[in-house]
This record gives sequence, C-alpha cells and structure tokens, in this order.
Amino acid sequence: MRQSLLALLAKEPAHGYELKQALETIFGDAYPSPNIGQIYVTLGRLEKDGYVRSVDVEQANRPNKKVYYITATGREALETWVEEPTEGPRVRDEFFMKLVLAPMTGLSDRMALVNRQRRHYLALMRDLRELAERTDPANRVALLLIEGAMLHLQADLDWLERCQEDLP
Amino acid sequence: MTADAPVVRAVNLVKIYQTGGLPVPAVRGVDLTVEAGEFVAVMGPSGSGKSTLVHMLGGLDTRTSGEIWLDGRRADTLSESGWAVLRREKIGFVFQFFNLVANMTVADNVELPALLGGVSPRQARERREYLLGELGLADRAEASPAQLSGGEQQRVALARALANQPRLLLADEPTGNLDSRNTRDVLRLLGKVHGQGQTIVLVTHDARVASMADRVVSLLDGQIVDDGAIPKSRRRPLGAAGDVVELRS
Repeated sequence: MRQSLLALLAKEPAHGYELKQALETIFGDAYPSPNIGQIYVTLGRLEKDGYVRSVDVEQANRPNKKVYYITATGREALETWVEEPTEGPRVRDEFFMKLVLAPMTGLSDRMALVNRQRRHYLALMRDLRELAERTDPANRVALLLIEGAMLHLQADLDWLERCQEDLP
Repeated sequence: MTADAPVVRAVNLVKIYQTGGLPVPAVRGVDLTVEAGEFVAVMGPSGSGKSTLVHMLGGLDTRTSGEIWLDGRRADTLSESGWAVLRREKIGFVFQFFNLVANMTVADNVELPALLGGVSPRQARERREYLLGELGLADRAEASPAQLSGGEQQRVALARALANQPRLLLADEPTGNLDSRNTRDVLRLLGKVHGQGQTIVLVTHDARVASMADRVVSLLDGQIVDDGAIPKSRRRPLGAAGDVVELRS
C-alpha cells in the first residue's frame, strides 16, 4: 500500500479518498477494495517518515480537506522500489501442511483431502472466470490481474495432481 | 432410447492394452453415468486413463470388458459400422488432433456432419455460420484446413462436432492448442450450448475449462477417485469487494 500511494502521489497531489478511488479504477474488481481508514493510516506513516507532506485546502461550505504531495525523499524511495527486482511468490501453502500432517494424526486421508481441495479450486476458478466476464474488456489491468490469479490457480491444481500421484 | 435414460452409462469398464510384452491396464473398472444436459469434466494426471475412457465412450477404442450404454442403448457390443452410425447420429467428437478433411473448405468440413445427419442444406449453412461466428472464424469459412493455424483448426473441429447438435459431445483437451483469447471463445460457446441443454463429457487439464462443468470426475491409475459436483464457493460474491488477488501491502 505504501508504494502504490507514493506512486499515485508522484503523478499528482491528492487527498485520501481520491487515492482510494484511483486504486479502484485502475485495478478493477479483482483488487481488494482499499479501506479508507487504512489509506489514512498509511498516509500518516508516510508523512512521519518524511515521504509525503500535506496541506489543508479550504473548501466552501465544507470542512477543509487534506491534500498530500510527495517529497524529494519520497520520490527517491519510490525510485528505489521501482528499480529493485521484486521477490517472486513463495510457496507457503496451508493446504500442503494439512496434506502432509493430517494423515499422520489419523484425522483424514490424503485422497479425501486432495479431492475436496480440487473441487474447491475449481469453484474459485469459476468465480474468477465469471469475474473476468463481468469486467470491462477495455480494462487491461484488471483483466491481467485476473488472468494472473487464474494461472496461479492452475499451477496449484497441477501441484495437487502431483501430490495425489506421489504421496501415498 | 427412452426419454429418461442417461445419455452415458458405463458399467465396470476395463481397458487393457497389450502391445508385445506385459498387459497394461489403462482403465480399471470405471462406472460412470451422465444424465441428459450434464456437463462433466474428466481430470487426472497423464496416463490416468482419461483419453482412453472418452475414446471408449465414443467407440474409437474397444473396451476389454464392461458395458457402455448410450442413450439407453447398449453400444459396446456394436460392430465398427454400428458405431459409425451411432456416432453420426448421436455423438460429436473433438480431439487433441483435428482430423479435418484436407481437401474441403472449413465451411464444408463443418456442414458435413449436419448434412450426413439429414438436415437441409440451408439449416446446415445457418448452423455453420452461427458456430464459426461464435468461434471468431466467420472470415475463414472458405479457407482450407492447411491454411489455418493449429488453434484455428481446433476451433473448426469444435464447430464440426457441434454442427449436428449431437446428443453427446465428447472432447479430449479441446483447448490444448489455444491461447487465452481463443480459449475464451471456446469457453463461451461451450457455456452457451450447455445452457441450451447440450450434454458434454470433456477431458481437460485446463482448470478454466473444467470450471465450466457441473461435475468433475477425477481419474488416477485408471480408476475414478472422485466424482461430484463443483461446489458453490463459500467466498462472498466477487465483484463488489474482490479478494481474488492479494497485492503486497
């Protein structure tokens, strides 16, 4: 969240609610809708770290609104973030833990676990497919995000198959 | 042939290949019933017997033992020509390889099964135009198969399989050669014909395709290890507050 807010502010100064709207517009429905409280907390931390500053802007008939803008330090931090390679995803799979450990306790057998998980993944895939169908075809960003989630899910299913083949 | 008979019923179906040395069991006692209008995805690792199973259901591979009933009629005892008639009348097939007739245009390839099935040339043409249109191939109708890419040929094969509005559509990896966009066209068409009541049994690795199905059958070592409906996800409906993707916070 820190970096995405910094990136949006590097484009132009904005207040908290505008940042929330910008994230929603750019990433579409696949993106977990950011909580406005979380945005203000993050902006507060960025301000404390000297990455952003804010000014109060007077509004007719309304309370003042706080507009944030990026500082030189903030811009440097953003540049570092953009230029460094991004960590790849790590396998940290809760299901795999279950699959390996649960049979040892006699709580479940692996076949049943894998079968249930496969059906669950397919249900998730159906949700993603329906989400993609509902998404504006012009919104390339949102569609690519959904496609990324689908590819990860396919990899999870392939891995499940390997587990079923190789774990007794 | 009765109205309420399942479209497919396989009873203790077995296939053992023997090529030279030891017999290799590919399918080991499969029981499978598919009701009219159902869409069943068959999944499983390679070598688990998925392709052999659907090939037997279409009479393209003989069973070693067990029974196959299609539309209430015993089919495993049919002769090769008996199967050929049954396929022409009731079954549409899509393979990993396409089997298009090389010296006929795309349009003729798609219309042929419908014409053989006895519909009028006009109906055959309208159905062909509809199917090729749905698959983004309207402008390829006059091409010959050799002029098409692998992905285009695969979609033509799907159109051909559906031309006759068969009682049963059997498909083996129908999106194996397709990129994302073409896969989307195929999925949309499968969804449409399924919505119109088409019975489908489809082998796939592709979870996007499998997730179209009502039911998933999982094979392992030639046996069914799971057979059941794909559940509704317990997650709150997507679209309002998507939690599909967790971007680093």
